[in-house]
Amino acid sequence: MRLLSFFSVGILFGIIMTKSEAISWFRIHEMFRFESFHMYGIIGVAVALGVIIIAAMKRLKVKTWRGEFVKYKALPLNPTRHLVAGSIFGLGWALMGACPGPMFVMLGHGFGIIALMILSALLGTFTYGLLRHKLPH
Amino acid sequence: MELVSNTQNIVDFISQPWHWAVSGAAIASLVFFLTWMGRRFGVSTAFQDLCKIAGAEKFADYFRYDLKNSYWRLAFIAGAIGGGFLASTLLVNPETIELSTATVAHLQNDWGISAEQGGGFLPVDLFNFSNPKGILLTIIGGFLVGFGARYGSGCTSGHAITGLSHLQLPSFLTVIGFFIGGLIMTWLIMPLIF
Repeated sequence: MRLLSFFSVGILFGIIMTKSEAISWFRIHEMFRFESFHMYGIIGVAVALGVIIIAAMKRLKVKTWRGEFVKYKALPLNPTRHLVAGSIFGLGWALMGACPGPMFVMLGHGFGIIALMILSALLGTFTYGLLRHKLPH
Repeated sequence: MELVSNTQNIVDFISQPWHWAVSGAAIASLVFFLTWMGRRFGVSTAFQDLCKIAGAEKFADYFRYDLKNSYWRLAFIAGAIGGGFLASTLLVNPETIELSTATVAHLQNDWGISAEQGGGFLPVDLFNFSNPKGILLTIIGGFLVGFGARYGSGCTSGHAITGLSHLQLPSFLTVIGFFIGGLIMTWLIMPLIF
């Protein structure tokens, strides 16, 4: 039952990503060229409301399905790691116009080449798994 | 009959182009749902899960963990694929995406890319299986996304949406990184290779 709920939220995610046009290669390119407010508006509203939602859930002591209060296990701060890892990700994001969530949504749209991108992303993840102990964290 | 026509009205209503504020609020609702359901919105961890399923734990301890805590995420990405399918079949925009005229002109004049390709979602003349250059770029792009997302412990959903919603400095720095890499690719590298 719970898995079905997560599956349903996934469907909702696929529809929202499509209708928001955030999965569009063209929208991402336009965003990095600063030629439209569209993507900034989406992210800005999502984050502003997200901050309010999380703060409200914490203050109202909302219990999650797992019977816990809302918490966040923070990453240890390491600016080099965050900036370098983020930049590597950004290079791929701008080239392909798709980040991980949209990659799965685009696959659902029937763009077969995205299956290759996902396989390649798995190879990138595997490579990170092999090199992890050699990288600064 | 009335039910059918009402359903059609709802489908038409959803199908029209969404204002960015509506889209942003819809994404925030996902943050609420997943948080309430006891999970953290973040997609790229699914790459780690899929590697594990493929047997990667034999090679690196990064993939040694209990997959049980990831079932929800696998159900979620299965839903994302299904949602993409539904949206591209039942909820198609009557018009193509309204990009800024500056972007459309730049793509057409500089790189000969029509912004109507792939329904406004992907330049499919480049990114398809019969274009060797497109295949190569797809492999490189996918690798960078997969490597960077896991090294950074998160992607756009995990850092730009969830992490920032929790006011996390590491997420903020990672998002700055997204833009450093994205701007270098868009302004310095793509003009050389497109």
